[in-house]
Amino acid sequence: MEDGSLQFNRETIFALAAFFFAGMAQASGAGDPALGAAVFKKCQSCHQVGDRAKNRVGPQLNDIIGRTAGELAGAKYSKSMIQAGQDGLVWTEETLDRFLESPKSLVAKTRMSYRGLKDPDDRANLIAYLRAFSKGSTSAQNVPETGQGAGIQLDPVVLATVGDAEYGEYLSSECLTCHQSSGSNDGIPGITAWPTEDFVIAMHAYKQKVREHPVMQMMAGRLSDEEIAALASYFNGLE
Amino acid sequence: MKLTRRVFMGSGAAAATALAAPMAFAGGHGKPRVVVVGGGAGGATAARYIAKDSKGAVDVTLIEPSRMYYTCFFSNLYLGGIKAIDDLGHSYGNMAAGGVNVVHDWAVGVDRDAKTVTLAGGASVPYDKLILSPGIDFVEGAVAGWDLSSQNAMPHAYKGGSQTELLKAQIAAMPQGGTFAMVAPPNPYRCPPGPYERVSMVAHYLKANNPTAKIIVADPKPKFSKQGLFQEGWGKHYNGMIDWIGDDFGGGNVSVDPGAMTVTIDGEVSKVDVCNVIPAMKAGRIAELAGVTDGKFAPVNAIDMSTKADADVYILGDASQQGDMPKSGFSANSQAKVCANAVRGALTGSRVFPAKFSNTCWSLIDTNDGVKVGATYEATDEKIAKVDGFISATGETADVRKATYEESEGWYAGITADMFG
Repeated sequence: MEDGSLQFNRETIFALAAFFFAGMAQASGAGDPALGAAVFKKCQSCHQVGDRAKNRVGPQLNDIIGRTAGELAGAKYSKSMIQAGQDGLVWTEETLDRFLESPKSLVAKTRMSYRGLKDPDDRANLIAYLRAFSKGSTSAQNVPETGQGAGIQLDPVVLATVGDAEYGEYLSSECLTCHQSSGSNDGIPGITAWPTEDFVIAMHAYKQKVREHPVMQMMAGRLSDEEIAALASYFNGLE
Repeated sequence: MKLTRRVFMGSGAAAATALAAPMAFAGGHGKPRVVVVGGGAGGATAARYIAKDSKGAVDVTLIEPSRMYYTCFFSNLYLGGIKAIDDLGHSYGNMAAGGVNVVHDWAVGVDRDAKTVTLAGGASVPYDKLILSPGIDFVEGAVAGWDLSSQNAMPHAYKGGSQTELLKAQIAAMPQGGTFAMVAPPNPYRCPPGPYERVSMVAHYLKANNPTAKIIVADPKPKFSKQGLFQEGWGKHYNGMIDWIGDDFGGGNVSVDPGAMTVTIDGEVSKVDVCNVIPAMKAGRIAELAGVTDGKFAPVNAIDMSTKADADVYILGDASQQGDMPKSGFSANSQAKVCANAVRGALTGSRVFPAKFSNTCWSLIDTNDGVKVGATYEATDEKIAKVDGFISATGETADVRKATYEESEGWYAGITADMFG
C-alpha cells in the first residue's frame, strides 16, 4: 500500500517535471537547433541525419526521439544496446541527454566510442537539432543538414579503387600510434569499422585540406589514392 | 616423410647460425629468433608487432630490466600535478600474453660473431636479428661538477620512474620563495620540447603552491623547440617567474656543486633549492658495447633501421643516428613499425612495404593550454628525411589549445596501447 502510493507519487512528479522542463526549454529556447547543427559535426563521422541519411558506422538519426534503443533495421548495435532496448530504453530528450553526457555510463558496452559531451548547453542544442528531424517536428526545413560528407569532389574511379588490405595493415600501424585498434576514444576518435566509402572520402577531404586538422592533413597529404584505398579496406575489416 | 628438427636444421641454410649459437633461452624451436633489448617506445612496439604479425612464426624475446615501465613522455605532467605517477606505469603482462618472451634482466654484452646477447644473470641469448632500443645514457663530464653519483642531489629526471618522483618530491619541499634551476642539454637530445614543457609544469605547480619561487634555466643552446609558443605561454601564465639564460648570455658556461647546492652560470654563483641537471646524451650503453655506435649514437640505414655496422643489428629510437627525426617516443614507435616489417620480411619472406615515418610532439604549457609540432618523413639513401610538417601558432584560442591537450591525452592512451598491447 505504502509502496504503491510512493510509486504513484514519484511517477506523477516525474511526469509533471518532464512536462515542466520541456515547456521551459521551449519557452526559453534553451536548445537551439542551429547551434546544435554545429555540435553535430562531432557526430557526423559516424551518424547521418536528414533526407538522404543512411546507417553508417552508427545508425541514422531521423526519428531518433521516440525510437526504442537498438531496434533500427540495418544498423549495427552492440549486444548491450539491443538488451537495453529490450529492457525498455527509449530515446527521449532525457535519456538522450544522459547518453550523450557519458555513453558508457548509460549503456556500458555500447559500440559508440565517443567519450561524452560534457557541456549541458551543447547537449540541449544537439537534442534540439535532432528533435527537428523527428516525428511531429515542423522545423526540419529550417535546419541545415550536415549528414552528407565533407563536400569534396572525388573521381568515381578513386572511390571504386579496391584496396590492398595487407598493405593497409602495414600502413595502419602508423595510425595506431594515436587511434586505438580497440576503437576506444580517450581524446582521439576510434576509426575502426568505418564504411569504406566514408573512410576514403574523409581521408581525401583531409588530403585536399577541406577537412580541418593539422596532423590529419599532414598524414593524409602524402598518401596516394591506392594507399587510402588500402587503409579503408583494412579498417573496414576491424570490429 | 617425417622431418625431425635435427634433420631439418642440419639440412637447412640456417645450419651454421643454429650450430654456432649456444642454446640458452629461446633456442631450439627451429624458428627464426629476434631478440629485442629495451622495452620502451621502440623496443616494446617492435617486439609486439613482430610477434603479432608473424603469428608465431618468429620467436621474439624482449630483454628489459624493469617490471613496470614508467613513460618519460607525460612525466612532466606528473611534475605539474596534472597526472599521477600510476598513470605513467605500464606492465609487460599483455605483451607476454601476446606471445613475446619477456625476460627481466640487463643485457650486458653482445657478441656479433656468435650472434648472442649476454645477460647480467649470466645467460646467453642467441639471435638471428637483434634490435637494440636502449634509449639514452649521459655523456660523462658534460656538466662540470656533475656525475651519476650526484643524481640524488641533482636529479636528471630524464629517464622515467624513480628520478621523476625524486624531482617532484624536491620541488614540493622547496622553501617559499626558493629557486628551481635547470641545466638544459645541448643538441641532440631526447624530446626536444621536454625541458621547456618541464619548466612550464614546474611553474604551474609553483604558481599554485609557492608563488614567489623562481625558475632559472641555463641553456647551452641559442634557441629551442617551440620557443615562441613556450615564451608566449610563460609570459601569459607565469609572468616574471622564469629566467631563461640562453647561450648568447652565457647559459652554456655552467658548472654545478651538488654538495653546496650551487649553480655557476657565466661566473655568477647562485644558491638554489632544486637543481635539475639534464646532461648531454649518448646512445644507451649496450649500443656502444655492441660496437655499432660511431661517436655518441648509432648510425642506421633509413630504409629499415639496420645499423651501418651490422645488417643483423638494428637500432631504434633515441640511440639511433638516423637523420631528421627528433628523438621522441613517437619517433621510436614509428621507426619500430618500419623495422618490424623489414625484420619479419627478412626472416619469413612476408611482404616488405616502403618505409614511412611520422612524429608529433605535444607539450602542455598550463592547464588545457596544449601545443604541438609534427612532421612526416621518408627514407632516402643518406638518412630519414623530412617531407612535411606543421606547428601550433602563437595566439591560438583557448578552445584550440584545450582540444590540443585533449588530443595529447588520446595520443598517450593510443601509443601506450600500441606499445604494450
